[in-house]
This record gives sequence, structure tokens and C-alpha cells, in this order.
Amino acid sequence: MIHTEGLTKQFGPVTAVDHLTLDVQEGEVFGFLGPNGAGKTTTVRMLSSLISRTSGSAEVAGHQIGDPSAELQLRHQIGILPENVGLYESSSAYENLEYYGQLQRVEATALRQSIERLLRMLDLWEKRDQPVATFSKGMKQKVAIARALVHDPVLLFLDEPTANLDPEASKTVREFILELKRERRTIFLNTHHLDEAERICDRVGILNTRLVTTGTPGQLKLGMSGRRTVAAVDGPMETMAAAIRARLGDRRIEIQGGSLIVDVSDPDRDNPEIAAAIVGAGGRLRQLTQVSASLEDVYLKLIHEGASPA
Amino acid sequence: MRLSQAWIVARHDLGMIRRRRTILGALIALPAGVSLGFPLLVWYIIAQSPGVGDAVIISFVDAFAFWFAIGGVMLPSSISAYSIVGEKTEKSLEPLLATPTTDGEILLGKVLAAFLPTMIAIWAGAAVYMVLIDEITRGTLGYLYYPNAAIVVLLFALAPIVAVLAIEISVAVSSRVQDVRSAQQISGVLFLPFILLYVAAEIQVFPLDTDHLLLLAGILGLVALVTFRICRRVFDRETILTRWK
Repeated sequence: MIHTEGLTKQFGPVTAVDHLTLDVQEGEVFGFLGPNGAGKTTTVRMLSSLISRTSGSAEVAGHQIGDPSAELQLRHQIGILPENVGLYESSSAYENLEYYGQLQRVEATALRQSIERLLRMLDLWEKRDQPVATFSKGMKQKVAIARALVHDPVLLFLDEPTANLDPEASKTVREFILELKRERRTIFLNTHHLDEAERICDRVGILNTRLVTTGTPGQLKLGMSGRRTVAAVDGPMETMAAAIRARLGDRRIEIQGGSLIVDVSDPDRDNPEIAAAIVGAGGRLRQLTQVSASLEDVYLKLIHEGASPA
Repeated sequence: MRLSQAWIVARHDLGMIRRRRTILGALIALPAGVSLGFPLLVWYIIAQSPGVGDAVIISFVDAFAFWFAIGGVMLPSSISAYSIVGEKTEKSLEPLLATPTTDGEILLGKVLAAFLPTMIAIWAGAAVYMVLIDEITRGTLGYLYYPNAAIVVLLFALAPIVAVLAIEISVAVSSRVQDVRSAQQISGVLFLPFILLYVAAEIQVFPLDTDHLLLLAGILGLVALVTFRICRRVFDRETILTRWK
């Protein structure tokens, strides 16, 4: 659905996005993580042909960006939720959606049906004629998401959809995005809420002007923490470490207080061997835990150290 | 350029304008004031100075009619300032730019939304003005002064050109200001040269006859063409998204 090759955007001497090479598959929810100023919004604007690229190429929903003849067709096929909802406050929810539907050239009957379906899904149908100015932030965000969907796009760009929302409103918006995910929509989600990315996204990419890494949240966490097992034990630590090496071969084992931290290659195969080695060496096994980093750990490490996961 | 797409933008903005009482008030008050107030003044002058010459009456009538050109500056400035800076303050330009609508179509829609109500208000006001002036001056002049070539030039060349110029300046100003009032105030600077022209007409320095009105329309038409280029450069989606403050 999205393929970019060396996509770069410079504003004068400042490079906002540097050689971005990325693929997003149809039906995938792709999370784009990065600190403020990392180039996430610039990327979305380039991919939706709102701003030009400096170099590189990108194909979005079958259209090359930067091709003037394809720009309007591309914008028919994508929906965008910008960082600022940008609704007409004195207009009603219905009027806001109707205007954008008309600009998207949705036929009148189909537009009415689409607006009703979306507002009902978002629990806003009863309030459809009220001015948006009277809505809470969460409700406005929902109207803005509905606006991005009113023409039934094949690809949805959501730029910080839960930014500045209270926890309850964030939850409502997240649940709606999960509903869209169940409909197998392709979603490109800009966020710096790691928890949100982990819960919603099939894959994530971490951007800090350059793309630092991509992968599933699980892959990234595993890549950063490695595969390590922590055994809380009582008994002769050195003897137990030697017994583990004897069973699993030479490997790094750290002794920290009453715990042995063992590098493992296949936890399902190695953990029973570790338990057996400890018991065999006369130790008592109190607990065996698989270590895993959080996505936050991975993100912070990659952003601050510029490291790539193993 | 698809006119139908521009018309969707214009129709939407016209709907928004309809909700703004201050804009509606200005659209009604200025033409009504000119079309009712000035004929009343002419009637008063004739009534108070029975021997007043035809030339004096005509110079007054022409100068007062020039207010319909001044309306062409004042009215669209406030509408277009609202319709563009209003979008900017509500941050609704980005979603609008993300639709399959070209920059030119959006700009044309915005121009139409400011231009049409202005011209309707001016033409309606001018119709009332002409009827009242004819009624008041017929006895003194001995003929119907309106319609004449000068008013045709004023209403169908000068006023529309002035309105377009005011809208263009408003668009250019909109890129640099943060609120509607500032946009209106800065665009309102255009109002001053027209007031000077009005004063010049009143003191017989610049007669507002057909030739002078055509000359003025021609000069302003050229200025409007140059301003249009600036306007197109300012109203470019990349500029709007990355440089508008």
C-alpha cells in the first residue's frame, strides 16, 4: 500500500526526513513512532502529496507521489486525520462531514448513508445537528476521524489521534481505531504513545529524522533485550552456573545476588534444561522468568543511542 | 480548474458568512446607508438651495455614487479575512487541502464567497440609489440622470475590480496574521486611497466622470493582475502548511 525509497525532505538547510525507505502492506496498521520534530508529520504530508519531496520516491495506494496528474486521485483514496482536528466549530458534526464528503465527490445518497453509519458507530448520531463547538475534545476527535473516513478511503493516515485527550477520550478513540483495524483498513498511525502503538499496531517504525528500525513490537522488544532467563535460586551459585554450561554449552551467565541470568537461544527448549541443571547441582529453584524489554525501553534506547536492535 | 469544486467551497463559505451577524450587518448597512443617506442629503441640498446649479448637483451625485466603489473595498475585505484567517485560526485548512481540490479551486471558492455577496449588496444598493436620485433630481435637472455610462463603468468595471483587488490583498495578508481583526485592519489600508479619491472628487480635483472611472478601473485592473500572481504564490498548499505563521 505504501512503498518509499530514500524519501527525503529538506526545509532549507534543515533535513526533516532523511532517506526513508519503508513498506506498509494492505490491511496493516503501521505505527510511526518518534519524538517531536522527528519528521512524522512531514512524512504523512509527503505521502499524502500535501507537500513535495526533496528527493527519493514513494508510491501510495498505487500512485507515485509528486506526479501532479495523480495527486487528486491519490487524495480520493486516502483519509487524513491531522494533528489538529480543524473542524468548523460553528457547523454541526453532520455539516462538517457533509462538506468534506462533497469535496470528495461522494454521491448524495451514499454520503448520507456514510455519515449516518460513521456517526452511529461513534455514538454521535443523536448529536449530529449540534455545533461542534459544544463537543468535548474526544467527541471532536471522533468527528475528525469520521471526516477522514467519509469517502471510504483505502488508506488512513492518523497523526497523533490521541494527543491532548484525557484517558477516557483516548480510550474511546483507540477502541474506534481497533474497530477500523478489524475492518482490515490500512492505517498509518503517527504516535508517541508507545502503549498505544503496542496495543494497536501490527508493525512499528521508529523515526528520528532517519528511520531507526521497523518490526513488530514483539520483534523490537526481543531484539533489544536479547533472550535471557532469570533464575531465582538458593544454593551454590558457581556450581549451578557450571551445571547450566555443561547442559547448554558455553554461554554468558551473570550472577546477581540470588539470581542467575542466563542467555538463551530458545527459551522453550533451554528453560527446562536450566531448571534441571539447577536442581541437579543441588540448588533450589524459586522462580524462572523470561526477561523482556518494554517497547518504551526499546524506543528510548534507539532514540537516545541511535542503536539498532540485534 | 473545476468550477463545481470551487463552488462547493464557495457555498460552504457563504453558509458560514450567513451565520456571522457582523459581516451580514456590514453587507446590509453600508449599501443601505449610501443608497438612502446620500439621496436624502441631495434632497436636502436642493431643498435648502433652490438656485443650486446642475453641475454642483451632478458632482455631488457622482461623488456619492463613488461610495459603491469604496464598498467594493470594505465589504470583501472583512469577508475574505474571515474566510481565510478564520480557517487558519480553526486549523481547518490542512483537512481542506487534503481533499481532492486544487489550490486554485480553493482560492476561487474563497474569492467567490467574498465577491458574490459584495457585488449583490453593491448592485442592490446602487439600484435603490439610482431610483431615489432620479426621483429627487428629475425636477431640477429636467431629465433622468441615471442610468448613465459613468455608473455602468463604476458598478460593472470599477467596483468588481476593486473587490477582487481587496480580496487578493486580504489573501496575501492572511498568510502573515493570526487573527481576523488584524487581517481586516491591514486589508483596510486599501480603503484610504479611495477615501482620498472621494475627497478629490468632492473638491473637483478628480472628476468622477466616465473617462476618469475607466482610467481608474484600467490601472486597478493591472494592479489586480500583479497582485493575483502574488496571491497564487502565497496560496500554495506547501507554503500554507509550512510557512504560514
